[in-house]
Amino acid sequence: MTTKKEARARRAMLGAGGYHGTGILLAVFFLAPFAITILSSFRHGTEARLPPIPPWPTTGFSLDAYRNLDSFGAGVWQHTLNSAAVAVGTALLTVVVSLLAGYGFSRYRFVFKNALFVLIIATLMIPFQSILTPLFIILAKLGLNNSLIGLTLVYVTLQLPFSVFMMRNAFDAVPKEIEEAARIDGARDLGLLVRVLLPLVLPGIVTVAIFAFLNSWNEFLAALVLLSDNSKFTLPILISAVRAGRLGAIDWGAVQAGVTVMSVPCLFVFLLLQRYYMRGLMAGAVK
Amino acid sequence: MTLADTVSLPSSRPRPRRRPQRRSQWKGFLYIAPAMALVIVFFILPVLFTFWMSLHRWPLLGGTRFIGLGNYIRMASDSRFYAALGFTAYYTVIITIAIFALAFPLAMFVERQRRMVGVYRTAIFMPVVVGLASASLLWVWFANVDSGFLNPLLAWLGIVDLKTNFFASFDSAFFVICLMVVWKVAGFTMIILLTGLQAIPTELGEAARIDGANRWKRFIYVTLPLMRKTMALSLILSVTGSILAFDQFYIMTAGGPQNKMISVVYYIFNQSFVSFNLGYGAAMSLALLVILVLISIFQLWLLRVGEDRP
Repeated sequence: MTTKKEARARRAMLGAGGYHGTGILLAVFFLAPFAITILSSFRHGTEARLPPIPPWPTTGFSLDAYRNLDSFGAGVWQHTLNSAAVAVGTALLTVVVSLLAGYGFSRYRFVFKNALFVLIIATLMIPFQSILTPLFIILAKLGLNNSLIGLTLVYVTLQLPFSVFMMRNAFDAVPKEIEEAARIDGARDLGLLVRVLLPLVLPGIVTVAIFAFLNSWNEFLAALVLLSDNSKFTLPILISAVRAGRLGAIDWGAVQAGVTVMSVPCLFVFLLLQRYYMRGLMAGAVK
Repeated sequence: MTLADTVSLPSSRPRPRRRPQRRSQWKGFLYIAPAMALVIVFFILPVLFTFWMSLHRWPLLGGTRFIGLGNYIRMASDSRFYAALGFTAYYTVIITIAIFALAFPLAMFVERQRRMVGVYRTAIFMPVVVGLASASLLWVWFANVDSGFLNPLLAWLGIVDLKTNFFASFDSAFFVICLMVVWKVAGFTMIILLTGLQAIPTELGEAARIDGANRWKRFIYVTLPLMRKTMALSLILSVTGSILAFDQFYIMTAGGPQNKMISVVYYIFNQSFVSFNLGYGAAMSLALLVILVLISIFQLWLLRVGEDRP
């Protein structure tokens, strides 16, 4: 009797051990590349050429890699600022535009309403990679080629199908009675939207903003095509130029520093707002 | 709406009940106008313009010339375009299989509610939130022969020689790229599959267990059929994403040994923005668009099939 119980307990423990052993191995596989890169980026310049074994700085903490990175393009601050401006601008503008559109689609009736909604969603079917060539020409015609504003507008457009869908759902979930009560209290139109409804759809706004921020911070191909001026480059374009090398030599330390600068904000935003991110992912998956 | 509004618009007095709706019509349009303007200028217009451009010889500088179907005729006999299509198809098949082979076990692993499962989920998901460009740069350093991490690691495990240059041959470079993409994307597919797994009522598995089905049989006859819709969705996302692959080939191998790693998007990029054959690039973009829309329609049909037989 006792032996049977013991055997079962041992098997359960082995099972738990196996489970957590596998879990830890998986976590290491998915996280180690980040950890190694971030630690390696703080090694001395002389160490940057060597394999990261051990990955942490052995001859003292140093910012050499970041200083080297700063010598590329217009300096790493400028390019981080470019990326941040585009990402924050995209997030803000996407929130405003999709908030208005979501409200309009949810609360008003007008001709072609459903057709227009489907039109916005249907742009998901068409990959933006296939319209880059004309986009390049159209932006040039508008005087927005090689400009961070033009790039931001393109990113906002790419975010719209998902964002308008999210915001319409968010408004659909708000009971009409709240609006009617606010109307009786004298709130109208934009005032009603901003003062009464905005707090109620805030989770949706956060989700929309996270996705807009991350996607535009990380985007590569459109930025590569639409920006031609060195000083306008966003971080991914700058770091890929660093990786391409100067005079046939590649400064891997600067690449590690660049990857760190690009990844850490994403990881940080995700860990901080994970709940909202996952909500967006589920909404997208269900759709 | 209010009395004051009615008075201010006397023209609508004969039919006062229709007025609020007309007004809200106009207002509704106003709310969606910014979104529509952006979609029209930066999406609908470019799509139509792609077609127009594809009928022209369109260099970056200098005049454009109407050449009818000239670009399409050129495309039909362009062996490099076919090579790009072939490579993209090869990559799509291999990477989709690889992602599913890892993501399915991962989803089953993180499905059970146990201690720490949230931590494992988050850890596996982390690479998803960084950019593909960041991941490519990270791994191209990782797999670099002189100062990378992969060589010492695999040499220590006795798998390869310390001085193996992964980017020298097609197969090993392709392997590194697939490793990077699987590392980056598996967490995403895992979460999508997880939503499908969690939607399966636990009673079904229990019932099958009582009927004597072992774990493998429960997976084949209960789990898989009920996962069909979710699998179709993640398949769509994986396939369309892979067909549009560009960043990893551009950053990691710059087209690869002997230009064997030029994907379709990469080839369009080269033609449009390196050789400045914008018209030809537009024609190929349209071909790519048609391919993807056909695949989307096929996959929507797959989804519908899933709905017919729940």
